[in-house]
Amino acid sequence: MISVSQLTKVYGQTLAVDRISFEVGKGQIVGFLGPNGAGKSTTLKMLTCYLPPTSGGATVAGFDIFHQSDQVRQQLGYLPENCPLYGEMKVEEYLDFRGQLRGMDRETRKHRIGFVAERCWLKNVLRRSISHLSKGYRQRVGLADALLHNPPVLILDEPTIGLDPTQIRATRDLIKELKGQHTVMLSTHILPEVEAVCDAAIVIAGGRIVAQGTPDELRAKLRTEARVLVECKAPAAELEPTLRRVSGVKDVEVLGGGQYVTAAVRPKDGYDIREEVARTVIQRGWPLREVRLEHATLEEFFVQVTANQAMAKTASSEA
Amino acid sequence: MTKAPVIARRELSSYFYSPIAYVAMTLFLLATGFSFWDDFQPGRVAAMRSIFEWMVWLLVFITPVLCMGLMSQEWATGTIETLMTAPVGETDVILGKFLGSLSFFVLLLIPTSLYVVMLAIYSVPRLDFGPIFAGYLGIILVGALFISIGLLCSSLTRSQVVAAVGAAAVLFIITIVPRWASEKAMLPPFWRGLSDQLVFRRYTDFSRGVVDTGHLVFFIAATAVCLFLSVKVLESRRWK
Repeated sequence: MISVSQLTKVYGQTLAVDRISFEVGKGQIVGFLGPNGAGKSTTLKMLTCYLPPTSGGATVAGFDIFHQSDQVRQQLGYLPENCPLYGEMKVEEYLDFRGQLRGMDRETRKHRIGFVAERCWLKNVLRRSISHLSKGYRQRVGLADALLHNPPVLILDEPTIGLDPTQIRATRDLIKELKGQHTVMLSTHILPEVEAVCDAAIVIAGGRIVAQGTPDELRAKLRTEARVLVECKAPAAELEPTLRRVSGVKDVEVLGGGQYVTAAVRPKDGYDIREEVARTVIQRGWPLREVRLEHATLEEFFVQVTANQAMAKTASSEA
Repeated sequence: MTKAPVIARRELSSYFYSPIAYVAMTLFLLATGFSFWDDFQPGRVAAMRSIFEWMVWLLVFITPVLCMGLMSQEWATGTIETLMTAPVGETDVILGKFLGSLSFFVLLLIPTSLYVVMLAIYSVPRLDFGPIFAGYLGIILVGALFISIGLLCSSLTRSQVVAAVGAAAVLFIITIVPRWASEKAMLPPFWRGLSDQLVFRRYTDFSRGVVDTGHLVFFIAATAVCLFLSVKVLESRRWK
């Protein structure tokens, strides 16, 4: 439904999006994951025809975003970042206005407004002025607007940002319900969100795609970045070489401590070294207090990924 | 172009939610009312010339306020993004905003028709409606031009204050400055010629009851140019 090839956006001197390519299949929910400033919103703005690409192109529902922007916009429901709305209008008026902009006749508008109000829990605020609504309600108004014309493709820029935990869960459930009938692309910087709702994720950093796959594949990738923390009462000088000899260990770093010493042990790809490490420590007769697998957070993952990229860039410029 | 009326209707109704519009309306009616009071005396000619001239002065300050939010608010709040990602063209947006504002301006003029009624009742030789209709036509044309200038200024900035001050400055330069200048006897011929080409001189003909094709073309063309430029400004976000 969405097909992007070599899409690039340059703002003045800054390269915001750097030759990214991906595909989103019909009925899929795809998460667009990345730290702030990674180029997520810029990419989504190009897909919704708000900004034209500097080079490269994309098609949405078979229409070209540059040459057939009108048709693309007919096929799209878009929830922009921060959900901008006309504060002075009432919710119902606003949805009616949006329906008119989309060329829906009076009957259809009435029917669809009823439907999306039900779907986005807006029934009791339809006659309220938008400026008096809480952030959560405003977000739902934006979502209702995106769903109003029952578009085959939905693009949601950070749909759960600023919501409280209950609302986040409700919004995620709503998005999950859309699966199948709609193709959804949503951006986020929260990994659990992708795990909760998406079929696939595209990770972007520094304007480039750095990883792509199902949440399971991504998690596997994250696991290799994990490390095992061992806390035991051992002489620091002996601990390191001992742990290094355990099979599956890639690297050991002694973090120090008082009587009890903590060591961070990195496993090789695909190894779970916890049992082996515990056995070794106990065999040496060192009192063991804790063995813990520490997942790399997404943040660390991003930091690493972006650092790798920066290194690759300097390497290529030197070459 | 089919979406322009939808946008115009939204724009018009949004005026009634903002206190600025009511303030502008009150000021406008108060000032025209005073000037009518001045005119509406025994022994005076039954005409509305001084009211119409007053209106142009007032419009120099009122239209920038009415137009300041038209586009700059869209930029500032980001609603431009939801607007432009709906299947709507740039021309629709600008034309819609312009028509919405112009309708509000026409609504603003409606209460002044009361003065026409009073003149018609009280004037001793029968009232000559010609200059009055021409005057209204002229004031609507001036309003349209001013609104299009206000709209252009508003589309150039995110700040409503900058938009209002910018528009007021432009209107001041093309309306009030040439009028002052033309009163100076020592004005070189070039500047005198130029000041004759600008708003006030052309407008005074209307309020005298003269509908000159040249003046009509001037106002309509100038308005069209400003609207065209506004569309280009809106499109220019795509060139960056």
